[in-house]
Amino acid sequence: MSTMADFKAEKPTWCPGCGDFGVLNAMQKACVNLGLAPEQVVVVSGIGCSGKMSQHFGGYGVHSLHGRSLPTAQAVKLANRELTVFAAGGDGDGYGIGMGHFIHAMKRNIDMTYVVMDNHIYGLTTGQASPTSDVGHQTKTSPHGTIESPIAPLQLALAQNCGFVAQGFSGNLKQLISLIERAVTHKGFSLVNVFSPCVTFNKINTYDFYREHLVNLDEEAGYNTHDRLTALDRVVGASNLVTGVIYEDPTRLSFADELFGYPKQPLAQASLELSKENYAEILTSFQ
Amino acid sequence: MSEDIGWKVGGKQGEGIDSTGDIYAVALHRMGYYVFTYRHFMSLIKGGHTNYKVRSSNQVLRHHGDLVHVLVAFDPTTIDYNWHELVDGAVVIYDTAEFEAKAPDTRNVNLCGVPLTELAKESGNSIMKNMVAIGASACIHELDVEALRPVIQEKFGKKGPAVVEQNMAALQRGFAYFEEHFTVRFPLPRLKEQIPATTHLYASGNQAVGFGALAGGCRFLSAYPITPATEIMYWAIAQFPRYGGVVVQAEDEIAAMNMAIGANFTGVRAMTSTSGPGFSLMMEALGLAGMSETPVVVVDVQRSGPSTGLPTKTEQSDLNEALYGTHGEIQRIVLTPRTVEECFLLTAEAFNLAERYQLPVIVLSDMYLGMSSQTINEFPLDQIHHDRGKLLQVADLEKMGANTYQRYNLDVADGISARALPGQKNGRHVALGNEHSAVGLEIEDMPTRRAQVAKRQRKLADFQHFTGVYQEGNEKASAVLIGFGSTWGVLEEARLVLENSGFYLKHIHFSRLAPFPVEAFQKAMQGVETALVVEQNSTGQLAELIQKEVGFHDRLHRCLRFDGDPFTLQEIIARSEQVFSLGVLH
Repeated sequence: MSTMADFKAEKPTWCPGCGDFGVLNAMQKACVNLGLAPEQVVVVSGIGCSGKMSQHFGGYGVHSLHGRSLPTAQAVKLANRELTVFAAGGDGDGYGIGMGHFIHAMKRNIDMTYVVMDNHIYGLTTGQASPTSDVGHQTKTSPHGTIESPIAPLQLALAQNCGFVAQGFSGNLKQLISLIERAVTHKGFSLVNVFSPCVTFNKINTYDFYREHLVNLDEEAGYNTHDRLTALDRVVGASNLVTGVIYEDPTRLSFADELFGYPKQPLAQASLELSKENYAEILTSFQ
Repeated sequence: MSEDIGWKVGGKQGEGIDSTGDIYAVALHRMGYYVFTYRHFMSLIKGGHTNYKVRSSNQVLRHHGDLVHVLVAFDPTTIDYNWHELVDGAVVIYDTAEFEAKAPDTRNVNLCGVPLTELAKESGNSIMKNMVAIGASACIHELDVEALRPVIQEKFGKKGPAVVEQNMAALQRGFAYFEEHFTVRFPLPRLKEQIPATTHLYASGNQAVGFGALAGGCRFLSAYPITPATEIMYWAIAQFPRYGGVVVQAEDEIAAMNMAIGANFTGVRAMTSTSGPGFSLMMEALGLAGMSETPVVVVDVQRSGPSTGLPTKTEQSDLNEALYGTHGEIQRIVLTPRTVEECFLLTAEAFNLAERYQLPVIVLSDMYLGMSSQTINEFPLDQIHHDRGKLLQVADLEKMGANTYQRYNLDVADGISARALPGQKNGRHVALGNEHSAVGLEIEDMPTRRAQVAKRQRKLADFQHFTGVYQEGNEKASAVLIGFGSTWGVLEEARLVLENSGFYLKHIHFSRLAPFPVEAFQKAMQGVETALVVEQNSTGQLAELIQKEVGFHDRLHRCLRFDGDPFTLQEIIARSEQVFSLGVLH
């Protein structure tokens, strides 16, 4: 069995107190709990503080381009269906430059887990407004306060019929581990949006802010995770400040289940050769 | 009797011009003729002008030809647009129900009005007027209408025997009407021998790229629809799943390229196919493949640029982008297939090169090569082989033990460090676009940066795989025609015509432009005093590349075309005569 040590890599370069430490820990612990071997896990990250995740996590990884972790990660999973695949990114990476891929990944529904470290700010570029910055947030690029309505990832995910929608908080590790485990176990595309405070550049959306405002749906008896309309109602009603499994649809078939002719064995292990009969068959189509 | 016959059908887009051309071309191909087709169309669904040319011969053709012997005109515009291509005594078939054809000048052309719509109605449906026209054409070519039956059966069989018979009746009515009313004939050349169907194949460059990819071991295509590259996707969607491969229609070309990189990282041979606008969107990811040393194959079926340009017309103007595109500096290989056969072979080989050198390989085709279906003898299947380069196996990594593997190991003379694949124990690493250390962690220290740049540059320093320089004609000639990619056919034909009229020249053609084959090209240029570089762009990108790589500034002349239509034989011959008229050539 793997241990936490197996999933450790380089010492993280995040600021002390960064919410991303909690996310890394939760991903590692979830993998240990699920009995995964490190070589069977691939973490594809984009660019930004969150983009460092692939180098800090002790599996295989791609530190890809800004906003492009999702297309890369989806292909990794299709290429080897036996792997456990994460895409990891931030709010700028995923909901700004990579927004198109986010919507389409939910539409496509490949079996993988997307973990977004949502800190409402651009951290690595030292503090500019992000797609999820609250209205009025004063940053280096919004000195008079942001005036645009922030992106609401959970609402988008629900609208796009994402099969597993969860939200966690770096300050609640126990819940976050469980959310990631359930997301990995879900057969299809899973979103785990994590409030992951930036202690250096965001003085508004702090640990204290979240502790004060978050509503934990996991602890709410009677909350039905299978009801999309209720989920949307609760998320909108709480101004997105909820945690837990917001919505899940275990009946939705994944891309691999539906893809015509998709082989059972990993593509990456298939032979490159075509037989004489294969060639003869193909040549007939050119006659 | 002519050596070959040009036939063309034209009309408004949406009138079934394409299917008319297809049916006729495939029918002639099946009868044993060699055909070469060219589709001229516009970026709209209804209206405008579209035409479909079919050149037929009893020997292999490499160009669609300048001349038209028979023109089927569904509207007057078709006559205006294509008049200049008609040979002396050509036939124009037009629908008397639609318009009265007029000859724009005094040339000798036979205007043959046929009541196409009426005869189609008599056969059961006015929609079959194109079948009536094909029937009339069969009469001009002295073909037996029954010889078309297998193609008609294939095309309309699904709609039931009655529809097949109606179409056959329309063909016969067209044939009979023309036979009764007109005496002009352009019989097709006699077939030399009966050729077996297995060595008489009908394919486009795009289909050949799809087939080449599959044969080359590609089992993953991610692409976004774009003219004129979409047929590669169509072919792959039809064939890949039968042999364990998948096709993903991406949300855009950025996703398509990043998916191809992700799949290759995981160990599947993967590619993306696109055209200019999509290729531009892939530039950042091209750099990721170069920096992370991830193999990937990108096919760019070029069209007229820049921006949206002429989206349904051909050009060779993405050469510079293929050679230099993406910020920063990466190693890459650029292949420029000359023919349908080479679209097959070089696409297959691209996967070997991509894995062996761990970098992006760009296959530059174009609309003319990609969308012109033609008869070829065979695909070079015997030349297909697979070379995965330095790819570690599970056992290799087991022997190495934990924490010893270095993905970007600097201690490699050829610059190529071994790859491990996700799932393999002891091979854990991160592929990344940041500059990195030997184990694949981002770094910013200067010595490592210098060492990694040098490592990557070593990979292609001694590229000896194939020269990609082809030479035809008289080796000692002092005059040379130079081209790359799809102009091979028209240049060969021009060379032969010039040779027959006493010009003493050769033809040098490139099917690889990066790394540039300096030695082979210099050798081919020995004794050359005048070179005409023929390329389908407005700035002479190949000529500039030659000047940069080897010089010859004083000897290079240019023959450029950038209006979207492919070169005609005549313009190359005329420009050659102009450039090579210094007396040294006869």
